[in-house]
Amino acid sequence: MKTWLTTTDHKRIGLLYFWTAFVFFLMGGLEALVIRAQLASPAGIGVSAEAYNQLFTMHGTTMVFLALMPLSAAFFNYIIPLQIGARDVAFPRLNAFSYWVFLLGGLFLNASFVAGPLFGAGTLSVAPDGGWFGYANLTSKQFSPGPNIDFWLLGLQILGIASLAAGFNFIVTILNLRAPGMKMMRLPVFSWMTLVTQFLVITAFPVITVALVLLMFDRFFGTHFFVPAGGGDPILWQHLFWLFGHPEVYILILPAMGIVSEVLPTFSRKPLFGYTVVVYSGVLIGFMGWGVWSHHMFAAGLGPIADSVFSATTMLIAIPTGVKIFNWIATMWGGQIRFTTAMLFAVGFIGMFIIGGLSGVTHASPPADLQQTDTYYVVAHIHYVLFGGTMLGLFAGMYYWWPKMTGRRLSEALGKWHFGLTFVGMNLAFFPMHLSGLLGMPRRIYTYPAELGVAQLNLVSTIGAMLIGVSVLVFMWNLWRTRTRGEAAGNDPWGGATLEWTIPSPPPPHNFDVIPTVASRLPRWTSTQLRAIPEGAEGKAAHIHVPGGSWWPMITAFGLPVMAVGAISHQLWLVFAGVAVAIVGIYRWAYEPFEV
Amino acid sequence: MLLSAAGCGGPFPQSTLAPKSDFGVAVDQLFTTIFWWAVVVFVIVEGLLLFTIVRYRRRAGAPEPKGLHGHTALEIGWTLAPALILVFIAVPTMRTIFATAGRAPLPPGALRVQVIGHQWWWEYRYPDLGIVTANELHVPVTTPVQLDMTSADVIHSFWAPGLGGKRDVMQGRTSHIAFTADSTGEYLGQCAEFCGASHANMRLRVFVQSDTAFQAWVSRQRSAPAPVAKGSLVERGRDLFGRSACIACHTIEGIPQARGTVGPNLTHVGSRTTLAGALFPNTADYLRRWIANAPSLKPGSLMPPMPLEGADLAALVAYLQSLQ
Repeated sequence: MKTWLTTTDHKRIGLLYFWTAFVFFLMGGLEALVIRAQLASPAGIGVSAEAYNQLFTMHGTTMVFLALMPLSAAFFNYIIPLQIGARDVAFPRLNAFSYWVFLLGGLFLNASFVAGPLFGAGTLSVAPDGGWFGYANLTSKQFSPGPNIDFWLLGLQILGIASLAAGFNFIVTILNLRAPGMKMMRLPVFSWMTLVTQFLVITAFPVITVALVLLMFDRFFGTHFFVPAGGGDPILWQHLFWLFGHPEVYILILPAMGIVSEVLPTFSRKPLFGYTVVVYSGVLIGFMGWGVWSHHMFAAGLGPIADSVFSATTMLIAIPTGVKIFNWIATMWGGQIRFTTAMLFAVGFIGMFIIGGLSGVTHASPPADLQQTDTYYVVAHIHYVLFGGTMLGLFAGMYYWWPKMTGRRLSEALGKWHFGLTFVGMNLAFFPMHLSGLLGMPRRIYTYPAELGVAQLNLVSTIGAMLIGVSVLVFMWNLWRTRTRGEAAGNDPWGGATLEWTIPSPPPPHNFDVIPTVASRLPRWTSTQLRAIPEGAEGKAAHIHVPGGSWWPMITAFGLPVMAVGAISHQLWLVFAGVAVAIVGIYRWAYEPFEV
Repeated sequence: MLLSAAGCGGPFPQSTLAPKSDFGVAVDQLFTTIFWWAVVVFVIVEGLLLFTIVRYRRRAGAPEPKGLHGHTALEIGWTLAPALILVFIAVPTMRTIFATAGRAPLPPGALRVQVIGHQWWWEYRYPDLGIVTANELHVPVTTPVQLDMTSADVIHSFWAPGLGGKRDVMQGRTSHIAFTADSTGEYLGQCAEFCGASHANMRLRVFVQSDTAFQAWVSRQRSAPAPVAKGSLVERGRDLFGRSACIACHTIEGIPQARGTVGPNLTHVGSRTTLAGALFPNTADYLRRWIANAPSLKPGSLMPPMPLEGADLAALVAYLQSLQ
């Protein structure tokens, strides 16, 4: 137990990220199921308007910040050092700090579900209710007087610190800790996409942090950054939020694209087609992701010039995305495709992401978007991208790397059930939403009039969502039974090409007995060029220093939620107590003897 | 076509797919163009994907695949092909953006209406006609209409899909929608930007009327209140209204103390077909329940419950219904 609390081992932190994010994924999923149950019929199941607004706000916030991002982070943590031939990340204690901050930030946000009585209200009354996008001026003190929005803006600030710390950590790790001979253009594509993602994280999160700090000033100290009556501008919030929010979309999708780029070659027995093009298009998407944010604001009336420019940049980003898809298909072309569960999810990712991309092109056109935005058509689009895309990609990664992480393969039979139910469920759930949106059903409504004629479509969506729920149960059963009954994986169950498959599963604490020298992009497939573990090197493992644990990252992390609790309860002394905890933690951390 | 495939009937009164105005038709034509391009790309790419996974599935005894690393001509080809398709989408898009911006100078004979979003109802002011009403917008057919829109509180979005796209309304800014309806009828719509507790209950209706019907509506809205019979229930209701808390928020022309502007103008409330943000039919029963306890019918409603006795409530309902 203590060794897990103080661990600085990237593999253990990766597993902590996985299990924590998976629990949050289940919570976000439960929220979605309640939402779908409510919308199954116009009359609903009695979820109040106020409760519904909290549910959809927390569903979006949870899935983006507490499930998809940290599930990707679980793979960054576990896999990146193994793929680049390193013994750990560059800053192991900072890595532990990122995890604890993420966990505590997530707990702080979700505590709002039960914190009502502390504020003289009931349960399910003070959770964030302004949408994951928190549009001003609805979030101002005047229109949202309760602590709901405070939970949201403080929780997101905490989570931002976790993301930023991890972002710097992984950039330094990937740039500096590569094994000898692993030039940038020999880096596995998953590591490349992680690098691009982390650059987006460290540039995009400061933008939302600024926005959140300004909103916090408005709410706590009576400033008027977003209050029109005081000379502020709600449009400023939209610009800041989407200037973060659109790069965030690529933060969510690029890691999944990286995973798929690993899985497809392995199970096609062919190297990735157009490696350089796939890498550069990923980098290009990262850059172009910064120039499209106002396409979230076409209905805000920015004027025809701005609409035209942002429409053009948005359409352009379809090109590098399309190029990736063609290269993935070309990777499989002429191959020997093995349909393992990981491969099924990777192919499913391509098929579903195409649909999400095409519906995206339809609302890249501002006049068309004037009918589509804020309707279920856009709900369909984002779920094809973030569930059909990111989540299927992450499932592919789970089946692909689970043997490496635990030493046991997940059941392929259950895996295929999992994939089939997920695939059918998601299409039943999300495809009809295109139609209900075009037929006039707006988003974020807890009820709709029967006369709209969209009740049957909504019922189908709800059935699909329930199927996805069943598929997740199958997956959980698979995870559970694999603990004891999973087939032993060996070093390399799939015949993979990258360095993580050269070492035991799960890897020893120091990963590599001898740091390999890399002479190729696919070191395992051109093994003559891999000067891998020389004979007799095993004995040296005993002398490899593995850093011990540290309490200070966790203690420092605890300072942040203490500050947030102080702020939300308006107890200044508690804020200072939190600051003191963090300062003492950082000081002791800095002077702690610790060698890597 | 898609809908019949989905096994759904109709009618769909809030559909975006059956536009009845120049704005709506322009948007719909553009969407149709993009939609068919998307279908073409969908069929090609998904077809290619399916063909690949079927054709190249592993077979016993097949030779090891060749380790092909890339192909420059192919890369250039599948970069240029989507770029070309995007040109076919971008050009009509830009044209439609400028055509539907809603900022051109008003043509002669156009009707101008100010739209003000409130939590959670719509206020309409016809500055040239001196009419103030709520939730139900009346416009003449084949006449250019311009909506100059703003908000009294948070951001809302005015959306009547049959007549065109939505635009957000915001405190301190004016946004515009311009359209010319081509068919008479009743069009459903609702607020499309999340605006708090009763966002789902902020609905609206647009009545596109023939010129004569619109003129009749205008003259009725501008008419003085009908005389009230002495000792009638309506008279009791009117006196009650003038002494009640209602006047703090509502205006009724002819009652000097009723000058509130927080809630809808009730001068001709009896002529509307719906109540409470176009949420309920305007019947005596709904009106009674609404006055007695508005928040129970519409979560978060800023109109507090009115503790009135049965007879007083009945009088008030009779009076409001008489305001045709």
